[in-house]
Amino acid sequence: MKEELFVVYSTIKVLRIMLQIKTPKTGRSRREVQKRAPKLVESGKKTLILHGTKTSDVLNVILSDIYHLKKGESIKYSRKNDSIRPFESGGETSLEFFSLKTDCSLFVFGSHSKKRPNNLVIGRTYDHHIYDLVELGVENFKSMESFSYGRKLAPQIGSKPLFAFIGEGFESVEELKHLKEVLLDLFRGEVVLNLNIAGVDRVYVCTALSSNKVLFTHCALRLKKSGTVVPRMELVEVGPSMDLLVRRHRLPDESLRKESMKKAHELTKKKEKNVSRDSIQGKIGKIYMPDQQVGEKVLPNKAKGVKRERREAKMKGEAKKQKQDS
Amino acid sequence: MAEQEYEIDLGNLMAFDRHHHFPSLPFSREELVKACLEKGTKLVQAVADALFNLPSIDDPDGPIVTLPQPTTRLPREKPLPKKKPPTKWELFAQKKGIVQRKKDKVVFDEQTGTWKRRHGYDRVNDDNDVPIIEAKASDEPGVDPFAKRREEKKQKVEKQEKHRLQNLKQAAKVGALPRFLLVTIFSCIVLLHIQLAATALPITGTQAAPRKASKNELENVAGMAATSTASGGKFDKKLAGEKPPKHEVKYRKFLPVVEGSGMGSLEKQQTDKVLSKLISKHSHEILNVEKAVNMYNVKKDKKRSNQQFRKSSSTSGKSSSKLKPKNNKPFKKTFKKGSSNKGKSK
Repeated sequence: MKEELFVVYSTIKVLRIMLQIKTPKTGRSRREVQKRAPKLVESGKKTLILHGTKTSDVLNVILSDIYHLKKGESIKYSRKNDSIRPFESGGETSLEFFSLKTDCSLFVFGSHSKKRPNNLVIGRTYDHHIYDLVELGVENFKSMESFSYGRKLAPQIGSKPLFAFIGEGFESVEELKHLKEVLLDLFRGEVVLNLNIAGVDRVYVCTALSSNKVLFTHCALRLKKSGTVVPRMELVEVGPSMDLLVRRHRLPDESLRKESMKKAHELTKKKEKNVSRDSIQGKIGKIYMPDQQVGEKVLPNKAKGVKRERREAKMKGEAKKQKQDS
Repeated sequence: MAEQEYEIDLGNLMAFDRHHHFPSLPFSREELVKACLEKGTKLVQAVADALFNLPSIDDPDGPIVTLPQPTTRLPREKPLPKKKPPTKWELFAQKKGIVQRKKDKVVFDEQTGTWKRRHGYDRVNDDNDVPIIEAKASDEPGVDPFAKRREEKKQKVEKQEKHRLQNLKQAAKVGALPRFLLVTIFSCIVLLHIQLAATALPITGTQAAPRKASKNELENVAGMAATSTASGGKFDKKLAGEKPPKHEVKYRKFLPVVEGSGMGSLEKQQTDKVLSKLISKHSHEILNVEKAVNMYNVKKDKKRSNQQFRKSSSTSGKSSSKLKPKNNKPFKKTFKKGSSNKGKSK
């Protein structure tokens, strides 16, 4: 304790705290740091799946199903975490630490208690601090194994899913609006520019049954031949199907929300000014000339070579020279 | 059902039917699921219509389509990257117009007449390979020129490392370095207390750079640390530069058990004091109205600014209020006449 106090006093004397900057020494660690650094265009949020002190059988299956749905971009922790209570002010430090350690910005925390059976807390982080949370109770859960379907229908891991949200509750009720955003964020995967449309094979269907209940189900898509370019879609239930009951939720802070929704200045397209296209002339633009005020400018009379006296003196001098020479 | 307009976000492959409502929930679960899937099929068909009608490029795996940008805005996971400030060399190069040119990995070595690599084993102008160094007139007799060369090279490398760290520090000051590259050098418990106690950490993404604790803050926290022992820091050995504590260590004053001679009845005085405070007996001569008004205004302003600050920080920062040092009470001098530091409980 005394050594530390001595350190504190010496810093008081020096009046600053020294920061040591650790830079990666190997190429591999440098690449890891690059991967985790903030990027201009973000994509592919990773999910952390963990559970609290007590879980039920149903909850274990739910968590493993979610892990399999998001295989490749999620990390599942198997130990129980006693100290995590997402909705309490002190209970989020562990979550934030894990988020920092695994570089995950989404988390799914499962717990089971008498008061909140089969509880699932889905949360997002911004800069590894809790951004928002939504607590759901799961009812009528049917796991992926319980569905039987043809093997060829099974959706591929990592394919881009379609989303179908049904119900006016998703627009009118605040909690359901929030839930819609969170579910979209959780399951959408990477934002891609080019998509192979023959490869769309899954859809998440969410129906708002009441102001706090949502039927969530995962279906495979069967593309059937129709006369046109657009195939006929058929839905076959494959994946987990559950009733989500919204229990609690925490919306993000207004200023935090504004900051997280900021778009990079470089990405906003600049409007090209003064350019228009004409079918006859092609690309045309106008050249704006400033008013030159011809005739209004007062010219000075100071033109050096024009001065009469000088001119005459020069001619006289030349004449004299000629006389002398000759 | 009445309106067939679905909100379609092609960037996210999402369809949203906002006009649907269940007139009556079907009784059995299977019927409910069937109805939901039916509706879902309609929505998915709408998305597929829009998707397959986009201009596509043919590929052996299937038609590839360029998706538009998603319309639903979702929050970022990390704050926007900050641009690194240009380093000293970059500024100089910009000013002088020095352009960086790519160098080849192999260079022609005149001496041997072969192509040698620029860096690494058996490189072109290796400093260690010169066999003979000619002595110049300025050379001192006892100096080893090879050792001198090695020393110079070492110094150059050290200088470069110093400049590199300075550039990184500049970038860190602006906040352009990723977070976990900064490590505080005094990673002991006291510093953690300082960080927790002295800085009420606002949870905003961009201001994540650790604040420099000021001299006052450090002194406050050092005082707190020193008096946090069981005996209030009274019997701890004092260090060379330590100043005596700013306030009395003891906060409570107990009356002596036996009243000695020469002291007035302290108990009576104490109770009188409490009574006069309660009924505000001498309030007209104690109260300095101007000062009271000023203090009230200052408190109100502080409270207002605190509320605004708390509103702006995340709601999960409730812990910050617990850990803020309560500076006001111990160090504030009371304006009441004739009062000592009696029993100010924290």
